[in-house]
Amino acid sequence: MSERFEYAPAPESRAIVDLSTSYGLFIDGEFTAGAADTSFKTINPATEEVLAEVTEAGEKDVDAAVTAARRAYEKAWGPMPGRERAKYLYRIARIVQERNRELAVAESLDNGKPIRESRDVDLPLVAAWFFHYAGWADKLEHAGYGPDPQPVGVSGQVIPWNFPLMMLAWKIAPALACGNTVVLKPAETTPLTALLFAEICQQADLPAGVVNILTGAGATGQALVTHQGVDKVAFTGSTEVGRAIAKSLAGTDKRVTLELGGKAANVVFEDAALDQAVEGIVNGIFFNQGHVCCAGSRLLVQESVHEDVLARLKARMATLRLGDPLDKNTDVGAINSAAQLARIRELSATGDAEGAERWSAPCELPDHGFWFAPTLFTGVSQAHRIAREEIFGPVLSVLTFRTPQEAVAKANNTPYGLSAGVWTEKGSRILWMAERLRAGVVWANTFNKFDPASPFGGYKESGYGREGGRHGLEGYLS
Amino acid sequence: MTTLSAELPDATTSEPSLRRFLSGLPGVDQVGAEARAATLATRSIKTTAKAYAIDLAISMIDLTTLEGADTPGKVRALAAKALRPDPTDPTCPAAAAVCVYPDMVSTVRDVVGDRLHVASVATAFPSGRASLDVKLRDTADAVAAGADEIDMVIDRGAFLAGNVRQVLDEIVAVKEACAGAHLKVILETGELVTYDNVRRASWLAMLAGADFIKTSTGKVQPAATLPVTLVMLEAVRDFRRATGRQVGVKAAGGIRSAKDAVRYLVMVNEVAGDDWLHPDWFRFGASSLLNDLLLQRQRIATGAYSGPDYVTLD
Repeated sequence: MSERFEYAPAPESRAIVDLSTSYGLFIDGEFTAGAADTSFKTINPATEEVLAEVTEAGEKDVDAAVTAARRAYEKAWGPMPGRERAKYLYRIARIVQERNRELAVAESLDNGKPIRESRDVDLPLVAAWFFHYAGWADKLEHAGYGPDPQPVGVSGQVIPWNFPLMMLAWKIAPALACGNTVVLKPAETTPLTALLFAEICQQADLPAGVVNILTGAGATGQALVTHQGVDKVAFTGSTEVGRAIAKSLAGTDKRVTLELGGKAANVVFEDAALDQAVEGIVNGIFFNQGHVCCAGSRLLVQESVHEDVLARLKARMATLRLGDPLDKNTDVGAINSAAQLARIRELSATGDAEGAERWSAPCELPDHGFWFAPTLFTGVSQAHRIAREEIFGPVLSVLTFRTPQEAVAKANNTPYGLSAGVWTEKGSRILWMAERLRAGVVWANTFNKFDPASPFGGYKESGYGREGGRHGLEGYLS
Repeated sequence: MTTLSAELPDATTSEPSLRRFLSGLPGVDQVGAEARAATLATRSIKTTAKAYAIDLAISMIDLTTLEGADTPGKVRALAAKALRPDPTDPTCPAAAAVCVYPDMVSTVRDVVGDRLHVASVATAFPSGRASLDVKLRDTADAVAAGADEIDMVIDRGAFLAGNVRQVLDEIVAVKEACAGAHLKVILETGELVTYDNVRRASWLAMLAGADFIKTSTGKVQPAATLPVTLVMLEAVRDFRRATGRQVGVKAAGGIRSAKDAVRYLVMVNEVAGDDWLHPDWFRFGASSLLNDLLLQRQRIATGAYSGPDYVTLD
């Protein structure tokens, strides 16, 4: 046989998602028009086609949503026994599972991520988060935060575009489990699954006002987090915006948790299981097109295996399938927005300019939409911008080290500290490294593994507060 | 001791150097290897790709019967089926080979002539518990009867006891007894248990001159699995990178459905690469797999499932 084994297109059907042409704001259990009648479009980043028109919430809308949340907190959700709240959370989790395919397709359409990831990673984790926190709702007195912990009140939550529905789950599930009510703003480029989630709240008969969804951009988020009626602010996004939020809230009595950027080191020792390490490197930086705050964007590889690892890595990268996010065989999807693509290009260009050597996987980029081929830079030093700044794209900087001490020093030599990876077959070295790495999560012989029972959060400029597990309750209890 | 491997002479100068070489190979992380195999198994192979993969899989089958109850009649029927798997469709490719015990080799050869390979298990298959002399006689017998492919078993006891040189010497001796016949070395991965062992045994067999490395006899559970095959495909890929010589892989035992076969081909494609997607370099050791491939093939051709009465039972 002479032809090659070419995989035929295997697209997931988008007919399963029934999108409206326009969406209002979800306030007090109902979709309502915005006070100012301003709107914006959300597009499919793989094709640039408009998916829906979305309302831009202004200050009046924020006020209405916070008022609804306050009322729901005082009248319905706050006083409700934990085991009753749990029933709603379980119901939401089950509905998410039932509507799994639809939500996965919507997520891939709006975000550009491959359906394989939205289907096999994002959605299962969304359901798992609601199930996990549903279990906590009636056991809060056993969580280690005192004998009778109380909710904080109204929570203003602002989430990013990289894992739209998953970040929503990380924020809403613990808040609701603890008896708080929520006003949540999804990112302006990925509002759709949050709006579908609003429908799920209706479907679950969640009391009106417990969850409110306001779409909009930075100004909406700013109005929300600074609103006087908000007791607790939870933000996930860039360090720049996180810093601005912290500044604007300084001196208020609002509680704040921030989950910000990262520049994680993925440390590969010479005795590592190299083929699996290569998988971990690929998963660490090319998962979700590198739009991951805890991405392993700096590869620190021991000099003695540098060439071997690089040869294996390039061969593996050459097999990555970039293209239509809805194709079930796609490994790397579209960059989420033109702005993000511009930033990735700009930072990569500084890599060239500063003398690092660029290599990109040989793949054809589609004509429409926003795309960037999986790329690595060799000859990178700690001083290069691509080794210091978060690129938030499929770009890996490769550095080397000679000793474990040097590996730790280089890994920690960053203003960030969200995650790190260690690859070695030596158990004692894993523990030695984990004790010294200044990062909220240290993965050993794996990367980008998430579990609702495991706390997640940063050191230094990667933020403060923890999400997930028992620790994730703390921000929502007083 | 003399150097036995032309490809990596340093590795085989002595028992200690061989052992050091094998234990110096990068380890295999079990969780990671299994996760990679599971992810590859989610590939969605449809329409033209599926048709291509099914025909390729049929052409890679070593159609096998290894039973105490084998008779010339049964073996002749199997050989006829290997030649023409689907009598209703002349475009259906033939299998790659027929695989039998040594005493059935001449029966197969009478039916297939030189149109197919004839593979014979040898070396006191499946346990390999016999003296080297017996194993060599067994091999020579099969070759004399007309086998052009020999599926030998390694001495798992010696391997697990750390006597890697003994295993290597035995393979070298069998390879010589093959007198030009292709040698497939069965690792019996179900008895080696760990992926580290699978990787080391793969390299050991390749250093000794194996033309193919093969997962299992089919007589031990588990037989072929996707992660074990992944590790072996990585081994042949790395061996070629190190020595320039390409070695084939045969997954045998437990692969029964077309869906499974396609998953193996996806793995060959993405782990070892295109060069291995050919019956000269990848084989399935199977019996019932063929009929499921034929059913799927008919479904693609006609748009409807026919049913078990529309493929031959042999």
